[in-house]
Amino acid sequence: MQSSIRASATAMSGPDRRLRKLLSSPLALFSGGIVLLLLLCAAIGPIIYGGQALDMSANRLAAPSGADWLGTDELGRSVLVQMVLGSRTSLFVGLAAAVSATVAGALIGAVSGFGSRGLDNFVMRITEIFQVMPSFVLAAVIVALWGPGMGKIVLVIALLSWPQTARMMRGEVLRIRSLDYVAAAQCLGMRPWEVLWREVVPNAIAPVITLGTLIVGQAILLEAGLAFFGLGSPDVASWGKMLNSGQRFFYQAWWLSVFPGVAIFVTVLAFNLAGDKLAEVFNPRSEH
Amino acid sequence: MTRFILSRLAYAVPVVLAVLVTNFLLTRLVPGDPVTALIGDFPAPPDYVARLRAEFGLDDSVWTQLRLYLANLAQGELGYSFFNRQPVIALLAERTVNTLILMVPVLVLSSVLGILLGMLAAVQKVRWIDVTITALSLGGKSIPIFWSGQVLILLLAVHFKVLPAQGMQSLRGVEPGWPAFVDLAEHWLMPGLIATAFNLAIVARVARVSFKEAMLGDYVTTASAAGLPRRKILFGHVLPNALIPVVTVIGHNLTNLLTGTIMVEAVFGWPGIGELFMSSIASRDYPVLQGIFLAVALVTVLANLLTDILYAVIDPRVRDSYVRA
Repeated sequence: MQSSIRASATAMSGPDRRLRKLLSSPLALFSGGIVLLLLLCAAIGPIIYGGQALDMSANRLAAPSGADWLGTDELGRSVLVQMVLGSRTSLFVGLAAAVSATVAGALIGAVSGFGSRGLDNFVMRITEIFQVMPSFVLAAVIVALWGPGMGKIVLVIALLSWPQTARMMRGEVLRIRSLDYVAAAQCLGMRPWEVLWREVVPNAIAPVITLGTLIVGQAILLEAGLAFFGLGSPDVASWGKMLNSGQRFFYQAWWLSVFPGVAIFVTVLAFNLAGDKLAEVFNPRSEH
Repeated sequence: MTRFILSRLAYAVPVVLAVLVTNFLLTRLVPGDPVTALIGDFPAPPDYVARLRAEFGLDDSVWTQLRLYLANLAQGELGYSFFNRQPVIALLAERTVNTLILMVPVLVLSSVLGILLGMLAAVQKVRWIDVTITALSLGGKSIPIFWSGQVLILLLAVHFKVLPAQGMQSLRGVEPGWPAFVDLAEHWLMPGLIATAFNLAIVARVARVSFKEAMLGDYVTTASAAGLPRRKILFGHVLPNALIPVVTVIGHNLTNLLTGTIMVEAVFGWPGIGELFMSSIASRDYPVLQGIFLAVALVTVLANLLTDILYAVIDPRVRDSYVRA
């Protein structure tokens, strides 16, 4: 009882304190900064560079220099320009997949945790089947047979990621529905769905959103992995695709293989760090 | 205990079946045709295509195909590879052995080192180990493993020329015995160490938290007040209490035994299950893909069972509950 009183006390002064805690952490600022920079790249990069995307030059496979900071590829295209354009693909796939997985998973998890025992069991068995199947294997099979395309890749990643969100949401809902204030709301005559939507979900959503941040990172890695194995969209620039085509010049032109990989790594790291920091701030019991 | 194992295996049957049926339907319902993949874009005589389709059983309805597949499976028949014209089971066995050669040392190394590192970080409060574990686990989650493998090849094989770039053994052939073992070990080093780092990070992170918590137990205070030597407290009391969550992650690593290395195998050209999987996708080799799915499902079930048995070995309370149930 005491701990729940303390928890509600921190919740009251919550948003302000949490924001201050985030702003005082250098790692959180770093990851936030990277994410903002990427969003900026994805938003205005194509406007600045869009025209030059396919500009070829005689300057083929040139090493990084003052003229071409990150070198050029086999058709003389600037690696830097392609990377800026590729940021849009990675961010779009990552965010779209994470948002769809989080929304679907949260809805299913909330209903599963709040609904009848039978429904709950049924949903949990389904998520278990998904968890037994290795996601990269399944994504590769579906995309390979179905044919590439950004929309399909987003759909596949979301399809493979919602079960983890659903399980977390269900766990939170199960925990919260047994708290006193929920019983109070029920006593006041609120309808079950109203209780779920207005009282339970808002208090259960923080860790789910944190998990969503981690899913962005997973989705970006998965997309890059598919593209690296030649299963990406052929008609859009992406970091994974750059790595795939760089493989042929692996021994002559290291810059084709190194820079896009660094971009993937830094981006995913930024989202994972952000997720870790959010979890720290939203979960007072976390031990880090 | 035997009854517990049997009941767990019985419980696993519907899960494996559900996974197999789902995978079967997924591969058949998405468009894409193995026959076109097999003969390529080359214009082939229509009657040849029709003969191939009939031979592979592709002109039956999906449901007939599913029924035939399950009926054959029940008799232990996994079918023939479309592409390699070889029994699937032989292909799987050969590749599984190769993957095990890569992965067994990885799992042993990462589990032992992970527990030791986690223990050191929690017990001795060595700061640099703490930082290393956090960095390793964050890095491991964020780094595209297909790319870090390439960078290692560029550095160690191309630039410094100290290790072979790809494959499982030298093409020129080596004498059997000790030279062959050294050759294999050299080929193992890069893919093996990358996979070890990846698994190690997960184990060490959980071990650290778990040891920290176990150290707070009252029995630790009591034991040290009673004058028990520190080593005895650590290995006799803290370790068994901290081990359950660690066993859970090691079990998780074990379930990824066959598929966790797809990317590593592809980048380093290691002829294991992962490599077979990627090439079977490209050639739409349904029987092989289904064989791999079956192998993965079985490994998952067995790994989970092994984890549960280990729980019972470590924790007498769990053992009791099994016996009663």
